[in-house]
Amino acid sequence: MNGILIAVIVLGAIGLISAVVLFAASKKFAVHEDPRIGQVAEVLPQANCGGCGYPGCAGFAGACVKAADGGSLDDLNCAPGGKEVMEKVAGILGLQASAVAPKVAVVRCNGTCDARPHGVEYDGTHRCRIQNMTGMGETQCLYGCLGEGDCESVCLFGAIKVNPETRIAEVDESKCTGCGACQKACPRNIIELRPQGPKGRKVVVLCNNKDKGALATKECKNSCIGCGKCVKVCDKFEAITLGTNLAHIDPDKCKLCRKCEEACPRGAIHAFNFPPRKPKAETAPTPVAQQPAPKAADSVSQQQVAEQ
Amino acid sequence: MSKLIVSLSPHVHSGDSVQKNMYGVCIALVPALIASLWFFGIGAAIVLATSVISCVFFEWAIAKFLLRLPNCTVCDGSAVLTGLLLGFNLPSNLPVWIIIIGALVAIGIGKMTYGGLGCNPFNPALVGRVFLLISFPVQMTSWPVPGQLTAMGADVVTAATPLALLASGHLDELPEATDLLFGNVGGSLGEVSALCLLLGCAFMIWRKIITWHIPVSIIATVAVLSGILYAADPTTYVSPLVQVLSGGLILGACFMATDYVSSPMTHKGQLIYGVCIGFLTVLIRLWGAYPEGMSFAILIMNAFTPLINTYCKPKRFGEVAKKGGKK
Amino acid sequence: MKTFKLGGVHPAENKLSAGSPIREANLPKQAIFSMFQHIGAPAKPVVKKGDVVKVGTLLGEAGGFVSAPIYSSVSGKVTKVDVALDASDTRRMAVYVDVEGDEWEESIDRSTTLEKLSAHPELDSKTIIEKIKTAGIVGMGGATFPCHVKLCPPPGCKAECVIINAVECEPYLTADHRLMLEHADEILEGVECIMKAVDVTRGYIGIENNKPDAIALMTEKAKNHPNIEVVPLKVKYPQGGEKQLIDAVIGREVPAPPAIPINVGAVVQNVGTAFAIYQAVMKNKPLIDRVITVTGKSVKNPSNLLARLGTPFQQLIDECGGLPEDTGKIIGGGPMMGKALLSLEVPMTKGSSGLLIMNEKDARRATPDPCIRCGKCVNVCPMGLEPYLLATVSSQHDWETSENNDIVSCIECGSCQFTCPSHRPLLDNIRLGKSTVMGIIRARNAK
Repeated sequence: MNGILIAVIVLGAIGLISAVVLFAASKKFAVHEDPRIGQVAEVLPQANCGGCGYPGCAGFAGACVKAADGGSLDDLNCAPGGKEVMEKVAGILGLQASAVAPKVAVVRCNGTCDARPHGVEYDGTHRCRIQNMTGMGETQCLYGCLGEGDCESVCLFGAIKVNPETRIAEVDESKCTGCGACQKACPRNIIELRPQGPKGRKVVVLCNNKDKGALATKECKNSCIGCGKCVKVCDKFEAITLGTNLAHIDPDKCKLCRKCEEACPRGAIHAFNFPPRKPKAETAPTPVAQQPAPKAADSVSQQQVAEQ
Repeated sequence: MSKLIVSLSPHVHSGDSVQKNMYGVCIALVPALIASLWFFGIGAAIVLATSVISCVFFEWAIAKFLLRLPNCTVCDGSAVLTGLLLGFNLPSNLPVWIIIIGALVAIGIGKMTYGGLGCNPFNPALVGRVFLLISFPVQMTSWPVPGQLTAMGADVVTAATPLALLASGHLDELPEATDLLFGNVGGSLGEVSALCLLLGCAFMIWRKIITWHIPVSIIATVAVLSGILYAADPTTYVSPLVQVLSGGLILGACFMATDYVSSPMTHKGQLIYGVCIGFLTVLIRLWGAYPEGMSFAILIMNAFTPLINTYCKPKRFGEVAKKGGKK
Repeated sequence: MKTFKLGGVHPAENKLSAGSPIREANLPKQAIFSMFQHIGAPAKPVVKKGDVVKVGTLLGEAGGFVSAPIYSSVSGKVTKVDVALDASDTRRMAVYVDVEGDEWEESIDRSTTLEKLSAHPELDSKTIIEKIKTAGIVGMGGATFPCHVKLCPPPGCKAECVIINAVECEPYLTADHRLMLEHADEILEGVECIMKAVDVTRGYIGIENNKPDAIALMTEKAKNHPNIEVVPLKVKYPQGGEKQLIDAVIGREVPAPPAIPINVGAVVQNVGTAFAIYQAVMKNKPLIDRVITVTGKSVKNPSNLLARLGTPFQQLIDECGGLPEDTGKIIGGGPMMGKALLSLEVPMTKGSSGLLIMNEKDARRATPDPCIRCGKCVNVCPMGLEPYLLATVSSQHDWETSENNDIVSCIECGSCQFTCPSHRPLLDNIRLGKSTVMGIIRARNAK
């Protein structure tokens, strides 16, 4: 009996002393933090994706509070949370959220295995950045997707995946938050963040090849050769500019008319999320458009079948 | 001609592999295996066979059904080695079911819980042995006397090991050093013949499976430390030769402490690790509750291996020249 | 016998072509001259389509101080100035020349008589360096660092000795070995030129003792050159690494980057470079050809060819019995540090020391096993690094830890990956980390 008593007293005493020490320590070493940081952090998605440019959501919350003391939240945006979260953040900090158009990642390469044969075999560590150090990689194209999935491994939302058939990364727009992690991970700078567009519609040049026309043709069937036909058809809006043998469509100026898609002789320009073309597209004269033509015909015939 | 292959350099490999290293250690254990069969007979064979088979089985089963690893790691020989080493640490009359429990703990808790080969902080065979030593102290410390080739089960005459005699203060009953060297003493399977173990160790150093740093530093530390104590008071302490040759010291120093996964990477780190193991072994042997301190000493130092790796960096090329330049 | 102190490995030597004398390769039909044959700024093409060139005509001028001019090695007509696949496995600017005949510029002395430096007192240090610079000579061991840059020490540094790298520690390669056996006198004159250029009186030639005939011959010939000493070295890879060679020969260690060999008073040049320097200084011949080893276990006729720069590799392999059926990998350089090539269209450049054909079985890497922390990579690293740690933290993108563990000191010799029993792709990841960390450091310094 006595033994038990001693044990209870000793353990109780140890517990009591520990509690006092802990209490004292928590008071003594308490770090003062702006309570708003915690509040802001609470409404953030806690994905810690780093898309905002800060180390994790806590870092972003700190930056928000600091910026709020400066009076505006203009340069800050939580891509995964979108407008909703930014409004909440602004609410906590007593400010107005600035409108940032939601963006999604677009993989600017359409060099599928058929279009761009894998002539050699890469037998090293399967990471894009390491394969990229070998030079051209498996295909003849120095600019296209390497298909080892560096973007896939950094995406926290499972929105980008390498398609094993085409060996090109593909974005699932319903999951993409536009955080930009994949853009930073890509050694060939193929991934571009573009505004989502109305109903997700956008027209993009799906190629990153800066080689001259003849060479680009040899390298990949779906490459942009910098012929400038799309620039000509877009003379009204001037949305398309020609870089080093490569066309680029400015999303802010693009009116989604899809003329350039028809004009492209290489099928390098893609329109996303548009409804299937009306039958008149079949009869529309598409100059030299050998490749898009069968495609359009296919979709049309499918549609007709569906209608019947 | 098929597709050309591209990759970054180097384009050639030495041909070394995990299997070669693991089976190399197994081959190095063969002399000790033969010695244990000679001294303990069929009992030793049963213990070793049970231990190896159950280790391999548990590794396969856990990898396949619990962890669902895509690649089978059984073939690399690490489980066989763990089984052999565990067997060497057991007395030859241990019941089979205890050995199986030991193998389960060694592979299951000692190795696979951490993720399998290369991830375990502790030597799996020692985890198994220490678990058995604590759980079944009676069975684990009644050793049959060697030389009874036909002896089996309960008929075995058990005797205390040199270290047990040491711990209980019966210094006059200690065996001769030559007996210890050739293995004519009581003990676990692998503890008996120091000569065979040293032979295996020499083989491993020759084949560059291990370097001399760990075994030599452990043995030297134990010898020096017990030598000092012996010189101070020969009536209380035994000669360093007996200390070094008895118990699992040679087995531990050559085969257990040199386990790749749980020992430090750099030579400097390995020396620190070896000296600490030697020191702890002597401490536990002389003043601890257990007569044998080797397994505990190795496990304790295993825990310090990451720390040693962090602080013992190899000498960088040009480091000394840099300091000289500053002068 | 001397060697370097830390680490090192012993790959199988496979010096298949050691017994085959250097022979001249045929002229190609079309030669392609990459403007990126050296480290540093690319050369700027100075010819245009339709220009007629001779052997020794300038095709591209140096693009800066750390750069080198490029000369035509054939006579004929420039067909285009366009991108071409080169030994870096990318397409870069190059000059294409269709070969017609073999006409040489008159300024080049094509005689084979030995010219001695002692007979030309008018050649002072400045003239020699100028001649080397004009001839477009770069480090011919494979690093292709412009030679004249090394011969102009930065302020505050003084060269004390010249070390000639005749180690040829890469397996398979024998070009330097044969060059020493066949052009010993010229090489020694070349060494004298280098020594005069940097104004030193000590010269060493480091040769590994797997080439006893070369050691014997060079020692014999060096008797006429009292300032030059032949140093036999114990065989160990990567002894041909600049820092390792300095350690092996004069026992000094070059500190961690950004320090360079000149900080410990050493100027290291390859033996092939010494030969090219002799030709440039004494014969006015720009760098237009070099000895290349074409070899491989399945190659019918492993040889050492004296080939003109710009010759496509396809032609070289055709001269050695054609591309074997079981080819799996084509390597420009040696098997430890060479680069796997995408195609045989690639032309020879100033740094092409070898063309190695590996069969498919040898070429393929084994599947990596988990790291068993054996520490073998740490023991073989000639720079005293911890490859297992660097590879792991690099693959986790932990650049800070990589930098703190001296990842930039890595010389990418491949010893760690060569020796790893788990076949882990250590160097792949370390390269990734090294290039990233160097980028971070550059960005930080630029601020």
